[in-house]
Amino acid sequence: MTLLTAKDKDTVKTFWAKVSSNAEAIGSDALSRMLVVYPQTKTYFSHWKDLSPGSAPVKKHGATVMGGVADAVAKIDNLTAGLLSLSELHAFTLRVDPANFKILSHNILVVLAIMFPTDFTPEVHVSMDKFLSAVALALSEKYR
Amino acid sequence: MVQWSDFERATIQDIFSKIDSGVVGPAALSRCLIVYPWTQRYFGSFGNLYNADAITSNPKVAAHGKVVLAGLEKAVKNMDDIKTTYKDLSVLHSEKLHVDPDNFNLLSDCLTIVVASQMGEAFTADVQAAFQKFLAVVVASLRKQYH
Repeated sequence: MTLLTAKDKDTVKTFWAKVSSNAEAIGSDALSRMLVVYPQTKTYFSHWKDLSPGSAPVKKHGATVMGGVADAVAKIDNLTAGLLSLSELHAFTLRVDPANFKILSHNILVVLAIMFPTDFTPEVHVSMDKFLSAVALALSEKYR
Repeated sequence: MVQWSDFERATIQDIFSKIDSGVVGPAALSRCLIVYPWTQRYFGSFGNLYNADAITSNPKVAAHGKVVLAGLEKAVKNMDDIKTTYKDLSVLHSEKLHVDPDNFNLLSDCLTIVVASQMGEAFTADVQAAFQKFLAVVVASLRKQYH
């Protein structure tokens, strides 16, 4: 499920080049949606004052998350090695249940569909879905 | 019985009145067959599904996409008892079509993405939540007669 073909990597890199200037907006919207549509995810952010869509902490954290995604695109040829420290962070410090990676990935895809309706074709969709699954897997590497 | 807020009820009616059902059904089904290729196992009689272009232009896929959307519209008309409305459909998918019900979630995700791209900014987080709740009820109703 996580073996990215050469075509997948190409598709992801090309699409990312188109959308990366909107990374912060994508991250903020995806995170906002996740907190509204999947309220159980709010449990990880009890330390934030404001969990409403587009709030300051949501915007800031959305940018952080997309920074990680951008990094993953750059390291697409070896995600496990490239995301090692992020994996350790999620495993030992944040301890986010990996089921939530799938939830956030879904919301990123929804935002991409809204912001780039013509570019987010089924072919781009499948490569991005595979890529985000591979990122999630790399992030889960250190869990156990 | 599923409790729908006024917002959720209005939102679902609104979405289905706005979307082009002739477009959304076929787009969601073809996207599902492309993004989750193992779902093609249920469409052996549909002919050429070899690549994304073939799937998107396949007339049987398009026709079936419209059938699926018509089924959803039935649920929209009977929001207070989707379970009973879908009893025969559930039996059909289980006993005759032998569809693994996990596939319903895959098609649901594709429907969400297609509707999102059609509605753009109007597909807010609250609208998304209502739509996904509706789809979850649909999926649960389709699963009900499996045993």
